Amino acid sequence: MDVRSTEPELRTLMMAGLNGDAAAHKDLLERLSSQLRSYFKGQLGRFNRGPVEAEDLVQEALIAIHTRRHTYDPSQLFTPWVYAIAHYKFVDYLRRTKSSINDLPIEDAGGITAQDDRAHVESTLDLERLMAGLSPNMRQAIQYVKLDGLSVSEAAARSGMSESNVKVSVHRGLKALALQITKGGGDHED
Amino acid sequence: MKTDQLIDMLSTNVEPVKSGQLGKTLVWALVIGGAASFCVMLATVGLRPEANGVSHLGFLALKVLFMLSLVGVGTALLSKLIHPGQEGRKLFAFIFLPFLAAGFAGIIALALEPSAAWHPMILGTEWVTCLYCIPLFAIAPFALLIWALRKGAPTNLQRTGAIAGLVAGALGATAYAFHCSDDSLPFIAIWYGAMVLLCTWIGARLGPRLLRW
Repeated sequence: MDVRSTEPELRTLMMAGLNGDAAAHKDLLERLSSQLRSYFKGQLGRFNRGPVEAEDLVQEALIAIHTRRHTYDPSQLFTPWVYAIAHYKFVDYLRRTKSSINDLPIEDAGGITAQDDRAHVESTLDLERLMAGLSPNMRQAIQYVKLDGLSVSEAAARSGMSESNVKVSVHRGLKALALQITKGGGDHED
Repeated sequence: MKTDQLIDMLSTNVEPVKSGQLGKTLVWALVIGGAASFCVMLATVGLRPEANGVSHLGFLALKVLFMLSLVGVGTALLSKLIHPGQEGRKLFAFIFLPFLAAGFAGIIALALEPSAAWHPMILGTEWVTCLYCIPLFAIAPFALLIWALRKGAPTNLQRTGAIAGLVAGALGATAYAFHCSDDSLPFIAIWYGAMVLLCTWIGARLGPRLLRW
């Protein structure tokens, strides 16, 4: 896929998402997930790792893109921002799984990228397991607002937290989820 | 977990995001860090006792100018580095200018004096104090800068840590300048310069650990 041609569309979706447009945000994340999947598969192919690891990284990058979206500077291009995050997450993954380019044969690289490019591969990340590591407030806020789809005020009424507390708990909870993944709480099979 | 599930979750109830908050956080960290550094200086070594006279003030101004120019360039760099994918390449060269200018001024000052006078000009009276005060005063601003940077998403952790160390060191040195009684250009170039570089090095070592996200 020619990355450059998608830049204006993705940027428009990103700007709409930053203004609170959930549909645009969803559309953006879906498009990015397929771009990220082929990016990570290409990168991982050199290290003899398969589609499951690629899916882990896609999800990790999506969470990072979501929770760090305030770091996108609208005066700059959008695509480099996404790839800087993806590259950062990839290097971090290599570091934490102690891989190095020396360990692995490069000859087999072709086979993996040629495999399916669909989203039906499941990652090793287990949401319930990750959620279990959060504080009760964060877990409840994410459950209500992000999984059950309640509005912030409904979630506040049901949980007894204030609305701003719910918002903060969701935001921090997502960041905490991301942190657990980086620490290996996502049950990586290394 | 399937990626579609995750996307559903992330795009349910999307909150609008205010832009421009990161820069403000960084500036606040800088201001509070600088003030904290100054307070630590007052509480430990205190202001220079006989700080009157034009030449004293002139040297104080030079020290502060050298250090604040580093703080300025460093902060501009940090406001780039806090965003993924922005390296601030164009700005990077400017970080060396204050060091070069100070080094050049120091060499000229030495060249104008006979070599017998060099020893006191270089070592001054309090170079040891300078050695531990500047890193000590840099701790508070460094901690605040790291806190602010963690709110962003720096992707080059070593470089971001190094520049945070440089800015913190320069703030620490600015505070120290109000105590320092060594008025000589080579002293400023060598000891202030070296201590800021030491803080930069420490920042580069700590960056990958403290800033990881």
